[in-house]
Amino acid sequence: MAVAGLLIILFYLVLAVISPYIIPYGPYERIYMLDGSWASLQPPSLAHPLGTTDSGYDVLSQLLLGSRIAMFVGILGAFMVAVIGTTVGIVAGYYGGWIDEVVMRLVDILYGLPFIPFVIVLATVFGASVWNIIFGVALLYWLSTARVIRSEVLTVRERPYVEAAEAAGASDFRIMTVHILPNVIPLSALYAAIAVGYSIVAQASVAFLGFGDPSVPSWGVMLQRAFVTQSFGQAWWWTIPPGLSITLVVMGAYLVGRGYEEVVNPQLQEK
Amino acid sequence: MVNKRYIARRLALMVLSIFVVITILFFLFRQVPGGPMSAFTNPRMSQAARQAIIEQYGLNDPLWRQYLRYMVNVVQLDFGQSFYYGSSVSSLIFDRFVNTMSLMLTAFVISYTVGTYLGAQLGWLRGTTKERAGMVVVLFVRSMPVFWTGMVVLYVFSFQLGLFPIGGMRGTGASYTTMAEKFLSTDFLYHVALPVFTLCTYYTGLPLLLMRNNLLEVLSESYIDTARAKGLTSRRVLFVHAARNAILPVVTAFAIAIGFAVGGQVLIETVYSWPGLGREMVQASLRSDYPVAQAAFALLSVIVITMNFVADIAYTYLDPRVSLGES
Repeated sequence: MAVAGLLIILFYLVLAVISPYIIPYGPYERIYMLDGSWASLQPPSLAHPLGTTDSGYDVLSQLLLGSRIAMFVGILGAFMVAVIGTTVGIVAGYYGGWIDEVVMRLVDILYGLPFIPFVIVLATVFGASVWNIIFGVALLYWLSTARVIRSEVLTVRERPYVEAAEAAGASDFRIMTVHILPNVIPLSALYAAIAVGYSIVAQASVAFLGFGDPSVPSWGVMLQRAFVTQSFGQAWWWTIPPGLSITLVVMGAYLVGRGYEEVVNPQLQEK
Repeated sequence: MVNKRYIARRLALMVLSIFVVITILFFLFRQVPGGPMSAFTNPRMSQAARQAIIEQYGLNDPLWRQYLRYMVNVVQLDFGQSFYYGSSVSSLIFDRFVNTMSLMLTAFVISYTVGTYLGAQLGWLRGTTKERAGMVVVLFVRSMPVFWTGMVVLYVFSFQLGLFPIGGMRGTGASYTTMAEKFLSTDFLYHVALPVFTLCTYYTGLPLLLMRNNLLEVLSESYIDTARAKGLTSRRVLFVHAARNAILPVVTAFAIAIGFAVGGQVLIETVYSWPGLGREMVQASLRSDYPVAQAAFALLSVIVITMNFVADIAYTYLDPRVSLGES
């Protein structure tokens, strides 16, 4: 199953890279009928394999281009979650004492901010852009990663080789990066994989609510347009592809994360 | 055992969290382009009229004084007047809160009942083709963005089959005198069916996967072998001996999951035009009705923080092996 997940992710990654070169129409290029009227809400045909939107845009082109923003948000979000969560978790777990106390209480407090409403506030205050979502992910999604990494570090730092390194005079920085980090990398990778899915859904959700950047074609914006114009009650070709793509990428990322976990932790494998 | 000092500390943290969240909100909303009054004043207003409004709301005072006044009001549960409705924010928000909870709790109770049962079944079938197929379905359904599920469900059941209303909480002409009447009428059930169904497709995944994983652990215990050796039916082994011991983490996940799900309510309420807290917050933000947006967000946060507290305390009560806060 992990292989299937990897294939899905690779497929969408490739799409994200090559989509600007293979899209048949511009994302906001209006298609006209023979009589000169807009080709509005046309069902799938040979010329438009996924039909058109109410404004006469080609769904397939928007879908392909949408993979770019999804992959960008997913990967950047996962990277931030892994880096911030791991750093905070290692520092809190290794130093302990008041540093640990302060950091973990901060984590507890940030847990009280519900994600989507928070990004809405950011979008209201700073204007709609994809960076609000990245910022929201970076600020709120590392919390569980940091908690898990910290408790892992608490056990790792008691091991004899850490003591040996301390006795040999290694600096705190060296112990953290050389002796502790490699032990918690598998965990951070797992959380990063899950964060890919979270970030993509977060971006789509916020765009769906109308707080995304409408000039950048994304799966969330597509669904928002289909919803706001009420066309989704008729144009299934417009709603199914972006939603299905989100679902597949999220599931793919999760499968990859689980597969990786099974590789590094053989106890989870089926007998 | 439950430690009184732990509860006291946890309670203090809860109050601190709420305080910090409301403070962050206050200062964030002061950053709105054009200032918090931008929607309230309009360019054609005379300078004097604008000045009068600014004076009336105390917006000339230094920021710390405004902040102090806001906090004093919030402690008295006074969130000001809505710019849009012109009525008190507190009563408006309370009404929306009840609507949100009625939808969310219904969906949660159904999801956790169904999820626990299906999770136990799936765990029991481990290693079979059925289990693999079941897992793929579960993971797929759990990966679906909830607002998209809502759109697909609406497409099928409302637009194509015409079985259910497209949104809202009550039919036209329906009126109620009491709260009980409002939430027990068939009209309400008719409107709540699709949103609850949609939410269930999403919520069921977590208890199901948790239950399955716990059951797998429990099944390797020796008392399960004993039960089997006694010749008990597999149904009895599963539900009387195994499932009971696997259910604990699901129970604590319930409270935490409510906390996490609150933020996501925004989406389902938007899709189904459900007059809840989340939708009110979105609309208030779009209308620049900041007192309402601010209060709705604060209340959503309070729900999250309270639920996390409840989960932590419930955990120590339910599992005697856990003793928190003793170090």
